[in-house]
Amino acid sequence: AKYISQCIDEIKQELKQDNIAVKANAVCKLTYLQMLGYDISWAAFNIIEVMSASKFTFKRIGYLAASQCFHEGTDVIMLTTNQIRKDLSSPNQYDTGVALTGLSCFVTPDLARDLANDIMTLMSHTKPYIRKKAVLIMYKVFLKYPESLRPAFPRLKEKLEDPDPGVQSAAVNVICELARRNPKNYLSLAPLFFKLMTSSTNNWVLIKIIKLFGALTPLEPRLGKKLIEPLTNLIHSTSAMSLLYECVNTVIAVLISLSSGMPNHSASIQLCVQKLRILIEDSDQNLKYLGLLAMSKILKTHPKSVQSHKDLILQCLDDKDESIRLRALDLLYGMVSKKNLMEIVKKLMIHVDKAEGTTYRDELLTKIIDICSQSNYQYITNFEWYISILVELTRLEGTRHGHLIAAQMLDVAIRVKAIRKFAVSQMAMLLDNAHLIASNTQRNGICEVLYAAAWICGEFSEHLEEANQTLEAMLRPKVTTLPGHIQAVYVQNMVKLYASILQQKEQAGEKEAAQEITQLMIERLPQFVQSADLEVQERASCILQLIKYIQKLQVKEVPVAEEVIALFAGELNPVAPKAQKKVPVPEGLDLDAWINEPPSDSESEDEKPKTIFHEEEQRHTRHRQPEIDEEELARRREARKQEQANNPFYIKSSPSPQKRYQDTPGVEHIPVVQIDLSVPLKVPGMPMSDQYVKLEEERRHKQKLEKDKKKKKQKKEKRGKHHRHNSLHTESEEDIAPAHHVDIITEEMPENALPSDEDDKDPNDPYKALDIDLDKPLADSEKLPVQRHRNVETLKSPDSELPLEEKKSKKPKKKEKKHKDKERDKGKKKEKEKKKSSKHKKKKHKKEKEEKSKDKKKSKKKSHHSEEEPPASVQNGTLEDEPLPPMSSYRLLAENPYIKMTYDIQGNLQNDSKVTVSVIFENKSTSFLKSMELNVLDSLNTKMLRPEGSSVHDGIPVPFQLPPGISNEAQFVFTLQSIVMAQKLKGTLSFIVKNDEGSTHEKLDFKLHFSCASYLITTPCYSDAFAKLLESGDLHMSSIKVDGISISFQHLLAKICFHHHFSVVERVDSCASMYSRSIQGHHVCLLVKKGENSVSIDGKCNDSTLLSNLLDEMKETLSKC
Amino acid sequence: GRILCQIHFILLFSRQGKLRLQKWYTTLPDKEKKKIIREIVQIILSRNQRTSSFVDWKDLKLVYKRYASLYFCCAIEDQDNELLTLEVVHRYVELLDRYFGNVCELDIIFNFEKAYFILDEFIIGGEVQETSKKTAVKAIEDSDMLQETVEEYMNKPAF
Repeated sequence: AKYISQCIDEIKQELKQDNIAVKANAVCKLTYLQMLGYDISWAAFNIIEVMSASKFTFKRIGYLAASQCFHEGTDVIMLTTNQIRKDLSSPNQYDTGVALTGLSCFVTPDLARDLANDIMTLMSHTKPYIRKKAVLIMYKVFLKYPESLRPAFPRLKEKLEDPDPGVQSAAVNVICELARRNPKNYLSLAPLFFKLMTSSTNNWVLIKIIKLFGALTPLEPRLGKKLIEPLTNLIHSTSAMSLLYECVNTVIAVLISLSSGMPNHSASIQLCVQKLRILIEDSDQNLKYLGLLAMSKILKTHPKSVQSHKDLILQCLDDKDESIRLRALDLLYGMVSKKNLMEIVKKLMIHVDKAEGTTYRDELLTKIIDICSQSNYQYITNFEWYISILVELTRLEGTRHGHLIAAQMLDVAIRVKAIRKFAVSQMAMLLDNAHLIASNTQRNGICEVLYAAAWICGEFSEHLEEANQTLEAMLRPKVTTLPGHIQAVYVQNMVKLYASILQQKEQAGEKEAAQEITQLMIERLPQFVQSADLEVQERASCILQLIKYIQKLQVKEVPVAEEVIALFAGELNPVAPKAQKKVPVPEGLDLDAWINEPPSDSESEDEKPKTIFHEEEQRHTRHRQPEIDEEELARRREARKQEQANNPFYIKSSPSPQKRYQDTPGVEHIPVVQIDLSVPLKVPGMPMSDQYVKLEEERRHKQKLEKDKKKKKQKKEKRGKHHRHNSLHTESEEDIAPAHHVDIITEEMPENALPSDEDDKDPNDPYKALDIDLDKPLADSEKLPVQRHRNVETLKSPDSELPLEEKKSKKPKKKEKKHKDKERDKGKKKEKEKKKSSKHKKKKHKKEKEEKSKDKKKSKKKSHHSEEEPPASVQNGTLEDEPLPPMSSYRLLAENPYIKMTYDIQGNLQNDSKVTVSVIFENKSTSFLKSMELNVLDSLNTKMLRPEGSSVHDGIPVPFQLPPGISNEAQFVFTLQSIVMAQKLKGTLSFIVKNDEGSTHEKLDFKLHFSCASYLITTPCYSDAFAKLLESGDLHMSSIKVDGISISFQHLLAKICFHHHFSVVERVDSCASMYSRSIQGHHVCLLVKKGENSVSIDGKCNDSTLLSNLLDEMKETLSKC
Repeated sequence: GRILCQIHFILLFSRQGKLRLQKWYTTLPDKEKKKIIREIVQIILSRNQRTSSFVDWKDLKLVYKRYASLYFCCAIEDQDNELLTLEVVHRYVELLDRYFGNVCELDIIFNFEKAYFILDEFIIGGEVQETSKKTAVKAIEDSDMLQETVEEYMNKPAF
C-alpha cells in the first residue's frame, strides 16, 4: 500500500507535466491501478486530456482509461461530447474505432442524445470496420436514448443485407437483442430473418437468429410450424455443439408454444430427447450439465418422453460433479408419477445413505420431501409408506432440515385423516426413542421432529394405544435438554395425553390408575417449572396448578375427566397460507379513507378555528343521519355477517369443504386392500419403507387383476353396443388407486376469494422504453437532434442525411412517387388558377405558411433541447395522453353451468380467405370436462377448416381437457368467400362431464358471429397515402351519426381502433381520420367528428355493402357508450 | 436502472485470485463491482476441477474456463447460450495467442492495455463484433502499425 501511494504521487507529478507522452504513460499506469481496485476518479480530467491527444497511441490509452473508469455519474463526461464527435468524424478509421469502442462503455443518456445522429451516419461509413462498430453501438444508444430507435431503425434494417458479413452479423446481433426484449414489434422482420437463417453458414449468426425466432414464436404460432423443419435439419446436420444446443432449446420452446391446438410433433421431441441423451452420456461435464438442463424444459410439456430415460437420469446421481447431481435431482422432481414414485424415492434413500458431505445430503433430503409433497401429495398412493420414509429420514445425522421433516409430519397427520392412527403410532415410537434423536440439539437439527411427534401424539391421543408409555417417555428428565420451544410443546401436549388417559381410566372405573397418573404428573412437572425458558416455565406452572386441583377433586371422588377433556375439544382445520390475503374487502369499507379527519394545517387552524369546528359539525350530522336509517342498519349487519363468514378467525358452523382424492375414477368401486398393521415395524436388515414398496406392488397387481376381470365383464355387457370410449387399457396413471380412502383436507379459504395470482411486472425494466412500434411512420418530432448553428437553421433544405432516409421510408414504392409527382403538378396548376382568381387569398395563404413554419421552428428547437415534447398530431392510434379503460376483444359465445366460451376473430393479410377464431373455454363447474368437440354448421360462404378426409358433419376435437376452474384457448380456422356481409353460424360444443357420480354427455349450442370488423386488419397508413386514396374517387361513400355520446373523444377513438380494427391516421382536435384494410384488400377510410353530444362518421370504401355493414356495426358499438 | 446486455462482464484472474483483467458491459458503482469480483473469484476458485463450467449466480449464469494459470470468466443472461460463451472465451484466448504468440499470464500483466485492445476489437458493448479471427487480429496489428509509425515519429529528435 505504501508502494502504491508512492506510485500515485509519482503519477500525479507526471500528470502535471506538459509532455503528452508522459501524461499518457501516467494514465496508463492509473488504468492498471484501477484494475487492482484503486480509485482513480480524481484523474478524470487528465484522462480527457489524453483522450484528446492528436496521436493515436495516446488517444487509445485515454479512451481505454475512460472506458474503464467513467460511468454515468462522472460529471466531466459532458466535456467529452465535442471531442468524441471530432474523433468520430476523423479521417483515420482507427480514431473513429477507438472512439466508438470507448463510447460503448461510458455512453450516457446525454451523450447518446447528442451523438446519436453522428453514429447513425457512421452506420453507412465506407469502411466495414466502422460500420460494424457503429451498428453495435447503436444498441447502447437505443438503451440510453430510446427516442433514437425509430429514426435509426430503417438504416439498421438495411444493414441486415450489408455485403460485409461482419456488419451483417452485427446488425443481426443488435436486432436480435432488441427483439428478445420486445418481440412483438419485430414480427414483420420474420420473413427476412427466415431467409437469413436458411442461407447463412455462420454459426454465430445462426445462433442469434434462432434465438430471435425463439422469442417470436410465442406471438405467432404459424412461424413455429415453419421453423420446425429447418431446425430439425440443423439438429441432424450440425457438428457444432453450441448450435445444436441452441436448436434443441428453440425447438423445445417452439413446441411448448405450439402445444395447444396443433398436431403433436412427437417426432421432433423424440429427436431432441435423443440428442440430449447423447449430450448427457458424453464424458464432457459441460455437455452433461446442459443436456440435463434442456431435458428439464422438455419435461414440463412432454413428461412421458423424458420418463423413459429414467435410468440415465438416475445414473447421473452417481456423478462426481455435484452440480450435475443436483440437476439430475431437479429432473427427477418432475419425472415422478404415481407409478414410479416409490421406486425413485427408494433409489434416493440409498443415495442419502452413502452421500458424503452434509450439504449434498441435505439437498437430497429436501428433494425427497419436495418430490413426495409436490402438488398436494398428488403422487403418493400410500401415506403409510410416506410416514415411514419420514421416520427413516430422522435417522440422518447432522441434517439442518429437521423442521422440514417435522412440518411434513404435521401436515400429513393433520390433512390425511385416514393416516392419523398410523402416524400416531410411529410418532409414539419416535418419542420413545427420543434419546437417539435428542443427542443433536442444534437449532433446526433433527430434534425438531420431536416437536411434531409430541404435537401429533397429543392432538390425536385418541388413536394412541399405549398412552401411558408415551406420557412417561415425554416426562423423562432428558427432555429438559431439548430446545425451549420443543419443551413447551411437550408440556402442552402431555396434558392432552393426560386428559385422554384420565377419561379412559375413569370410564373403565379404574380410579386408582387415574390417581396414579395424576401423581406421576405432579412428580415430574416441577422439572419443567424450573426451566430457564419462559414459555416452558409458564405453561408448566399453570398446568401443575391445574393438575393439583384435579388431584384434590379426585380425592373427593369427583369425576373430572369430561371437564379436563373439554379443554381441548374441537378439531383444528388447516388454513391456506393465502387465506388472509384473500379475504375480500367488505363493501363500503374504504381502507384508504381517514378514520378521523386529518389534522389540517396548523396555521389555518390558528386563524379561524371556529369556522372549522362549525364545518365539521355539519359534516358529522350529515354522516350520522343515514345510520339511524333502519335499512342502512340492516345492510350493515348483513355486511358484518358476511365479513365474519369470510374471516378465517371466526369459527364457522359448517364443516370445511373436503376434497376427494382427484383423478381416481370410481374409487368406491375398487376394493381397498387392508394393510395388516400388526406387521412388526422393524424388520432386521431391511428398512421399513421397502416393505411398503413390496406391499404396494402386490396390491397393484391384485387391483389390476380385479380390474381386468371387471373389464371383461364390461366387455361382455357392452358387446353389441357401439362404444368407442374407454376401451383402451394399459396400466396408466389413473388406474392406480390409492391404498386408503384418502381425504386430503383442502386448506380453508375465504368464500369469495378470487383466484388471482397477478404477477407484477418490474416497472424499472430498462427495456420497456424500447417497446416501440417500429412500423409506424416517423413524426417530425421524432427526428434525431442534429447539431447545427441556430442562425443558419433553414426549413427548406434539411442538411443531414436523416430526412432523406425518412423520405425513402415514406415512399415504399416508386410508382407511388410518380403518382404523387403527377398530383403535385395538378396541384400546382390549381394553385396557379387560384392565384389568378384572387390576390387576397394568396396573401392569406402566405400568412398561413409563415405561421406554419414558425410552428415548425418552435417544435424543432424544442426537440433539440428537451427530450419530451408532445407530438402536434397523434398518429396511428398511439393515444397516450390519458389512461384507457381496459378492453377485451373477446365476446361471449355461449354459457351454461358447466362451461363458458368467449371468442375473438382475427384475419391476416397473407391469406385473403381465412380467419382464425380463438375460443377460450372456461370450466365453471367442479367437474372434469373432457372430450370436447366443436362443430359448426357451415354456410355456403363460410366453412370451418377440417382436417383432410373428415366430413362436413364432423366436429373438431378441442385439444385439451379442462380440470375444474381452468380455462384454455383453442383456435379454429374458417375459410370464406365474400366478406362484405356479417355472418352467423350455428354450432354446438359437445363434451363429457366427469365427476364423482360418473360421467355425462352435455351439449351447448352457440351462434358464432362473424362481424365485418373481424375481417379488417389494423393497418397503419401515412397521411399522404390516405389523402391520395380519398382523391382517387374509386371509393363509395356513406355516413352515420350517433347521438348521446358522453365518453371522451380519446376513448371513442380507442374503441373504434380496438373493436373495429382501425388505426388513426391523423387527429386534429375533435376530428380524426382513420384507416383499415380488409383481408381481401378493401380500403376503408373514416372521418370521425365529435360534436357536443354526438359523433358523426363519414366512411369511404371500395365496397358499398361492406361499408354500410361496417358503419352499422360501429353504430351499435357507439350507441352503447 | 441497470442496463443489461448479452455478456455482462468478463473477468480474468489467476489461480491465486489476483485479478488480471476486468471488463464491464453494465454500469455499476465501483463498490458493487469490487464486491462482485470478490464473490465470483471465490466461488470459482472453490469449485472442483472436474465440475462443469457453469454456475448459476444470482439471476445470471457464470461461464468460466481455466487456461493454464488463468481463469476466464463471463457472466451471461439466463437465456444465453453457455456453449457459445465458452466459444467466445476460447476465441479470445486464440486471439491473444495469435497476437502475443503462445500467450502466458505474464504477457497479460505486462501488456495489459493490449489485452484490452484485443478484447475491444473482439467484443463491443457485450456483443461479439468480429467472428473472424483474421480480421480481428489484422485490425489490431494495423492500429499497432499506426502506433509504431507514430512512435518512430515521436522518437525522432525534435529540432
